[in-house]
Amino acid sequence: MTNLILIVIGAVLVNNFVLSRFLGICPFLGVSKKVETATGMGMAVIFVMTLASMITWVVQYTLLEPFNLDYLKTITFILVIAALVQLVEMTVQKIAPPLYEALGIYLPLITTNCAVLGAALINIQEKYSFLEATVFGFASAIGFTLAIVIFAGLRERIELCEVPESMKGVPIAFITAGILALAFLGFAGLVK
Amino acid sequence: MTKYWSELTKGIVRENPLLVLLLGLCPSLAVTTSVQNGIGMGLAATFVLVCSNVVISMIRNIIPPKVRIPAFIVVIASFVTIVDLVLHAYMYDLWKSLGLFIPLIVVNCIILGRAEAFASRNSVFLSFLDGIGMGLGFTFALILLSSIREILGNGSFAGIKLFGESFEPAVLMILPPGAFITLGFIVAGVNKLNSRKKKEGE
Repeated sequence: MTNLILIVIGAVLVNNFVLSRFLGICPFLGVSKKVETATGMGMAVIFVMTLASMITWVVQYTLLEPFNLDYLKTITFILVIAALVQLVEMTVQKIAPPLYEALGIYLPLITTNCAVLGAALINIQEKYSFLEATVFGFASAIGFTLAIVIFAGLRERIELCEVPESMKGVPIAFITAGILALAFLGFAGLVK
Repeated sequence: MTKYWSELTKGIVRENPLLVLLLGLCPSLAVTTSVQNGIGMGLAATFVLVCSNVVISMIRNIIPPKVRIPAFIVVIASFVTIVDLVLHAYMYDLWKSLGLFIPLIVVNCIILGRAEAFASRNSVFLSFLDGIGMGLGFTFALILLSSIREILGNGSFAGIKLFGESFEPAVLMILPPGAFITLGFIVAGVNKLNSRKKKEGE
């Protein structure tokens, strides 16, 4: 149990996916202009990343390892994730139309979100058990959501500020992200 | 001739993938703690980019449009696996320090972006030049970013100490926040240059 709690704290705060591991920067900058879109993206990522962690774990230990196909990991995982995203999109559209309306455009974007593949690979690298891998995927996605929502809040405020001409838009966003990362650095050392 | 030349050079400055198009941010921010890592990452990505561009351009008329994205991803993932295994076998230190970000070249937006936007529409030779240009542009941007971070954060350039003993490096620059802040200032600089050029043009 402590083990799982440590994984959660580690993934959400200490080694935050966006701010310390640098995974998923593209959506982090791309869809963080408004808090609502950021929340939508976060929810879609939580959903897909948890599922992807579970499925890739099963694929790794029931297919790739027994047949000594470890070198096919990258190809297999990215295909599994692409297929999963497509499947999730269709299922959500059928079962929960309101949820689909809300997540809609963010779902296809997730295939190229390196955070999902990153989480799947880290699970294998760290030799997590199935339960640990699931918890890690879920917690990492929570960390991603936390970062992107905070960041969207900051960017909404920056919109109202006077920013030097050449710093407008992306540059100031990067520097804000830097300062946010600095704040998250305060958690370093909380979990070994 | 000028057409070929402009396909080759556009990636280096005018459409630099990292500094102008803002693609491939994750590996750029993560591995640029030292110049060696920056060059290694840049060349690995260039190799994958050139090979996948050539192959995709060769098979562009065979792939049914509906399944083109999965097809591109499989091609790219194959070359990434080659890079991963080669680096593991011959350059173990580099492989270790790039770590997770070698398999993650698969989801580097630059490569899929070029496959979709360029290689699937142009001839093999043009795609080859485009791959080299974009790859070199990416490598160049990574070298710029990593030089700044390594010089300020570690007081060295490509592992060679630049300053005397009394130099106190700003460790912040090689920690995650330094990556964001450095890239922010570089992009601001590029914007400034572009807007000045536009004014002169008017």
